[in-house]
Amino acid sequence: MSTVAPPRPAAPATPPSRPSPGRRVLARLLRWWRQLTAMRTALVLLFLLAVAAIPGSLLPQRSLSQNNVAQYFVDNPTLAEWLDRLYLFDVFSSPWFAAIYLLLFLSLIGCVVPRAIEHGRTLFTPPPAAPRHLHRLPEHAELPTELPGATALDVVEEELRVRRFRVVRREGRAGPEVSAEKGYLRETGNVLFHLSLLALLLGLAGGKLWGYEGSILVTEGQGFCNSFQQYDTYSSGPLVDSDSMADLCVDLTDFQATYEDDLTASSYTADIGYGPAGGGSDRETTIGVNDPLRTDGERVYVTGHGYSPEFSITLPDGTAFTDLSAPFLPADQGTLASQGVLKVPDLGAGSTDQLAIEGFFAPTGVLQSGGVLTSVDPRPLDPQVAVVVYTGYLGLDSGLPQSVYSLDQRQIDRGLLTEQASGNLAVGESLTLPDGTVVTFSGYQEFAAMQLSHDPGQVWVLAASIAVLLGLIGMLMVRRERVFARPGPASDGGGTVLSIGSLTRGSADTGPRFTALADDVRAALAARAPAAAAAPTAAAAPTAHEEAPPS
Amino acid sequence: MIDESLARLSDTFFTITVVVYSLAVVAFCAELAFGRPARERQLVAAGGASPADADALPEPPRARRLGAVAMLLTGAGLLTHAAVVVTRGLAADRLPWGNMYEFTTVVVLVAVVAYVVLAVRAPELRHIGLFVMGPVVVSMALIRMVLYVETGPLVAALRSWWLAVHVSTATLGFGIFFVSGIVSVLYLVQSRREDRAAAEGPLAPSLLDRLPSAAALDRTAHRTAVFGFPIWTFAVIAGAIWAESAWGRFWGWDPKETWAFIAWVVYAAYLHARTTSGWRGRPSAWVNVVGLAVMVFNLLYVNFVSTGLHSYGGVS
Repeated sequence: MSTVAPPRPAAPATPPSRPSPGRRVLARLLRWWRQLTAMRTALVLLFLLAVAAIPGSLLPQRSLSQNNVAQYFVDNPTLAEWLDRLYLFDVFSSPWFAAIYLLLFLSLIGCVVPRAIEHGRTLFTPPPAAPRHLHRLPEHAELPTELPGATALDVVEEELRVRRFRVVRREGRAGPEVSAEKGYLRETGNVLFHLSLLALLLGLAGGKLWGYEGSILVTEGQGFCNSFQQYDTYSSGPLVDSDSMADLCVDLTDFQATYEDDLTASSYTADIGYGPAGGGSDRETTIGVNDPLRTDGERVYVTGHGYSPEFSITLPDGTAFTDLSAPFLPADQGTLASQGVLKVPDLGAGSTDQLAIEGFFAPTGVLQSGGVLTSVDPRPLDPQVAVVVYTGYLGLDSGLPQSVYSLDQRQIDRGLLTEQASGNLAVGESLTLPDGTVVTFSGYQEFAAMQLSHDPGQVWVLAASIAVLLGLIGMLMVRRERVFARPGPASDGGGTVLSIGSLTRGSADTGPRFTALADDVRAALAARAPAAAAAPTAAAAPTAHEEAPPS
Repeated sequence: MIDESLARLSDTFFTITVVVYSLAVVAFCAELAFGRPARERQLVAAGGASPADADALPEPPRARRLGAVAMLLTGAGLLTHAAVVVTRGLAADRLPWGNMYEFTTVVVLVAVVAYVVLAVRAPELRHIGLFVMGPVVVSMALIRMVLYVETGPLVAALRSWWLAVHVSTATLGFGIFFVSGIVSVLYLVQSRREDRAAAEGPLAPSLLDRLPSAAALDRTAHRTAVFGFPIWTFAVIAGAIWAESAWGRFWGWDPKETWAFIAWVVYAAYLHARTTSGWRGRPSAWVNVVGLAVMVFNLLYVNFVSTGLHSYGGVS
């Protein structure tokens, strides 16, 4: 970012008359722009950005868990309302967070664009002229030689070219001189780094605007198609056109979970078939943790799994409903003890009552003292359920939304939904209700939690991040060096003294590097000097040390 | 699956490492204590020369011997420390950074390596040994007492090639920032002392006299942070790439992601602050210290207090 502001245009020399309002506004704007693009402002904005992100990790966020936010509202109703007004449950999509990073990026543009133009110009201009007093440079040496000045400069130029410097020779005010520069990649990296951050932000924004994701629980043997009507939950960017979503259907053929001896889950895999709607999901693949399905722009993940217990219901009149199942959500990821409810709103013609089986599923059940069922193993070694069967009115058509994983407590409180029977069942066991209805726990199915994601920006974000990293490496690891040399007459009258100095940015150990350069130049000078120069060379070596600049 | 005898060997190495590092700390203490008389002589001789000049002068042989012993002990501890990690990995037949205990053990290993590299490249930096190895011993003891878990297999989500890329670079970055932060703290102390010396004349002798000059400390802190920053950037990017295939999105403001971002921003601010007028010197050093605080907070708070996708801690 720029540390040197361009020189201000001189104020018009008419102090008595006030400048026109338009000019005053322009001047004010210009001053704000300079302040915004100053490095200090950028620093403050960086800190603000860091501080602003903190509440996003300390408070529950809607983007991560709606339930946690709802729980926070229950626990702290008044406080939560105020926090919500300040967008503290949506920190990363809040206007003030956006304000900070947009200001930061504006500041960055103001810094980096002029700097990029300046650097572009530098790339096509030769290194600057040598400063008049080379001995004032941070590194400096005086090398005496028998060679004439022009030849000595030839030697320096050759040494610098071997070191991949860009070299230019000029006829300066104090005689011929050499300017050399290398390490342009440092500034290139700097510009690349900052411009890539802008590109990264654009990629992120694009992904947010045109991206969507949907989640759904899929039981083995069933499937879903990519449309918002089908997903259990979804989120989508404002520019997503729900009619032009990718035509993709996925069927879950088989789900397997494998475990280590200590019941650590070692893999989840789902065999799926997929393809366009209507065309049959005929392409088959297996997806798993860390291994999603990637099609053109869509990704399908398996994000979790659980069990759907199956029940059969036989009415007193002999009408039987078989293989009714509903997904029960795992309450404990270690043992997959799960909770849920199976709602049966339609028990056939002639029945006004609705039925619900609320319960607890244990893939490997153990009865504790007191008849409490618990699960000890996530694998379905001995599936059991503890259920309560209700009949009456479920309230599904009451107009109020309700969870598919729990009963509507209001209907129970009103007495419209009443408990008929309860008990623990192993597979094949039944419960008989007072009216003679028989409820049988007939088995279980496995379901997978699946997620489909679409993010057109993520490839751009990846490319931008790689560019950020490359820019960073260039900017931090390359040193920019300038070397200047100018021959002058030796003070004792015989031969030449080559004055050489260097200026380096981005490294602390410049001394040894400069010493090595000076030594090489000295050796090359000695090699080029006439044969008679053998004695002076030996004498020159100890004298030619760096001299401390006079202070 | 788990080779129990190797796992026990790893635990034994851990104990040995803590003991050897502690001995190194004692030796560093002794070196600083016995190094002082020479420093006083220099002060008298040079008439208030800056410590940078003092470093060039020979130190008393006893201090030098103690310093060599301290470095040898540090090197020996480094070997057993590396053995802790290697045997742990062999015992479980996987990369040895799959939970909090293993991750922090590797972070501290990286920090010690970073210190040894600094001390070998610039011998006067050897004298910061006490201030690096002291926190190292405390960290190791805490890791053993609080974070220890039995050797076990990895959870499914961690069985990926990215474990080798993302977590290893995260430990590298963290270990390097650890040393950088400590050096900045020393810089803050040393520069205050130098300012006082400039204002009030020669001060009473102190352990700080053996430390490098404030300018050298500031330079070292900056250079280590400059080295760590691209590594940390890479770790965050690699984490995002992994998250894309494991969790269905490359960035989701999970608490760990949020704090990794905050740390990145703070270190970016540190690198900028050093070239901004009004921020050079102590203010920018404070930014570096805040950066280390953020890294530690990210490690402890996010894994102990908050719930997020990065809870593989094995700590409950």
